[in-house]
Amino acid sequence: MNLMHPTPATPDLGSKLAVKAPILDVHDVTVAYHRKPVLWDVDLTLTEPCLLGIIGPNGAGKSTLIKAMLGLVPLVSGSVRIFGQSVASERKRIGYVPQRESVDWDFPVSVLDVVLMGTYGSLGWFRRPGAGEKAWARQCLDMVGLRDLEGRQIGQLSGGQQQRTFLARAIAQQADLYFMDEPFAGVDAATEGAILALLVQLREQGKTVLVVHHDLRTVPVYFDQLALLNVRLIAAGATRSVFTEENLRKTYGGRLAVLDTLGQAVEAQVRTP
Amino acid sequence: MSEWLTYNSLIVLQGVTLLGACSGVIGCFAVLRRRSLVGDALAHSSLPGVCLAFLLVGEKHFWAMLLGAFLAGLIGLGIMAALKRWTRIKEDASIAIILSTFFGAGVVLRSLIQQMPLSGRSGLDSFIFGQTAGMIEEDVHLITALSAGTLAIVALCYKEFKLVAFDPEFAQVQGWPARLLDFALMLLLLGAVVIGLPAVGILLMAAMLIIPAAAARFWTRRLAWMLLISAGIGMASGIVGTYLSATQGVATGPCIILVAAGLFLLSLGFAPKRGVIAQQLARRRDRFRLETPLGAGEEPAP
Ligand SMILES: Nc1ncnc2c1ncn2[C@@H]1O[C@H](COP(=O)(O)OP(=O)(O)OP(=O)(O)O)[C@@H](O)[C@H]1O
Ligand SMILES: [Mg+2]
Repeated sequence: MNLMHPTPATPDLGSKLAVKAPILDVHDVTVAYHRKPVLWDVDLTLTEPCLLGIIGPNGAGKSTLIKAMLGLVPLVSGSVRIFGQSVASERKRIGYVPQRESVDWDFPVSVLDVVLMGTYGSLGWFRRPGAGEKAWARQCLDMVGLRDLEGRQIGQLSGGQQQRTFLARAIAQQADLYFMDEPFAGVDAATEGAILALLVQLREQGKTVLVVHHDLRTVPVYFDQLALLNVRLIAAGATRSVFTEENLRKTYGGRLAVLDTLGQAVEAQVRTP
Repeated sequence: MSEWLTYNSLIVLQGVTLLGACSGVIGCFAVLRRRSLVGDALAHSSLPGVCLAFLLVGEKHFWAMLLGAFLAGLIGLGIMAALKRWTRIKEDASIAIILSTFFGAGVVLRSLIQQMPLSGRSGLDSFIFGQTAGMIEEDVHLITALSAGTLAIVALCYKEFKLVAFDPEFAQVQGWPARLLDFALMLLLLGAVVIGLPAVGILLMAAMLIIPAAAARFWTRRLAWMLLISAGIGMASGIVGTYLSATQGVATGPCIILVAAGLFLLSLGFAPKRGVIAQQLARRRDRFRLETPLGAGEEPAP
């Protein structure tokens, strides 16, 4: 499998630039809906390509943080810079996998149509996707194992297949920095493994992937960097050092269900070499 | 039939054909963006604009009445946006408020006009029920040109509109001016409403947007085909409806909508795969198909 576009243009430019400026620099970000703050004073800096997990309870503001970083919700205060530039000027280098519920799956488009949307950014105004884009989109579908379903209307896919369609669309964007909101939500073990393999592959190409995640047991296995969020940023850094019982307790409070898995999760971390 | 097919009626047919295509195409986007009721509100809120234009410049200036309808619709849109932004009134409630208030104001203005010693008040009524009979060549040319322009814009921005209608946030992340494109779709919706008013009428215009789009969905699961089929249904309704109206002496709007409704029923019943009949047949077939492999293949666990 190869994540390169059919016409590769200076593929390592991204990583060279990244050495100079931080890949992502979130500074003092506060966001409120109807004057109720849902993110408070969040700071997050990524300097090296990594797989970053973002965890926190429901309503912690994980999706909001991603939307704030992408410029989809207004900031009350603070700033976000990507590769040292404003988000608006670096859009071509950003890939996005939204939460699955964010679109109408009855919409009359096929799987291939949706993946092709990933190429719209580089196509620019009025130009339609041609044979080159279609070949590339099919390659992306191959990577997520959906090539056989390219003609299906998206509403006729299972939840896991819909998730992989979004993933293929993001890969089609050929970004350097990916934001993924719960790409593992509602997928079976095999699909989860396939998605993870893809994320690891992206990182190996020097890309950075931010992933909102809910399954604490797999956190230490999947992510080398971790951010724990509950309105405030509780902790962020190497998973090994911030994935502690104390931080989890601060993030999730005293919720019993979570504390049950918490022991297993930290145990799992001990077991991984 | 031959006596009906005069030069003037041919021109009218050309106009309703294009406006049918225009409402069919724009109606698809409205339905997909869940804005069919907004179309209804825009149609109703145009009445005071039409009446004011009539009072200001008289019936002869057809374009002025269209402009009045457009401006009134724009004000209606603005108020809806303001209500959404500054109050907690839900969208469906604000649509109902705009629709009834503007239409009420329009009806009052219309009764005032009817008490005045003015000529050509029937031109005003044709906007309410839709009537092509009184149209002159220039009127139809204006409708034709506006419809063609609208269709050309959709053809040009098809990719952008498709993206924004499906996933506006993704569009924004990619750097498209998603809000602007969405507003453009809204303006095109208003445009399609205004273009259709003289032939279809205020009361039935929303149906002209919704019915062809809803019917088209029975035939296809691809946006491009949906737009084409919906346009086709809009055109057919326009042509047949206008013919029936002219030959039977009934208002044009209801005729067009009844034809569209007939085509909708045909689609609902007979469309392959998604039509009711095809679905029933498929269900029967599948029942036999499903039973065989399951029964033959594996024994159910005890
Ligand atoms: N559009 C909105 N308007 C008002 N409040 C919102 C909106 N979106 C989110 N919120 C509120 O902001 C808070 C954070 O929401 P967010 O979706 O970011 O949480 P999350 O961490 O992604 O949760 P989940 O795990 O359920 O996806 C919640 O309390 C939610 O109710
Ligand atoms: Mg979320």
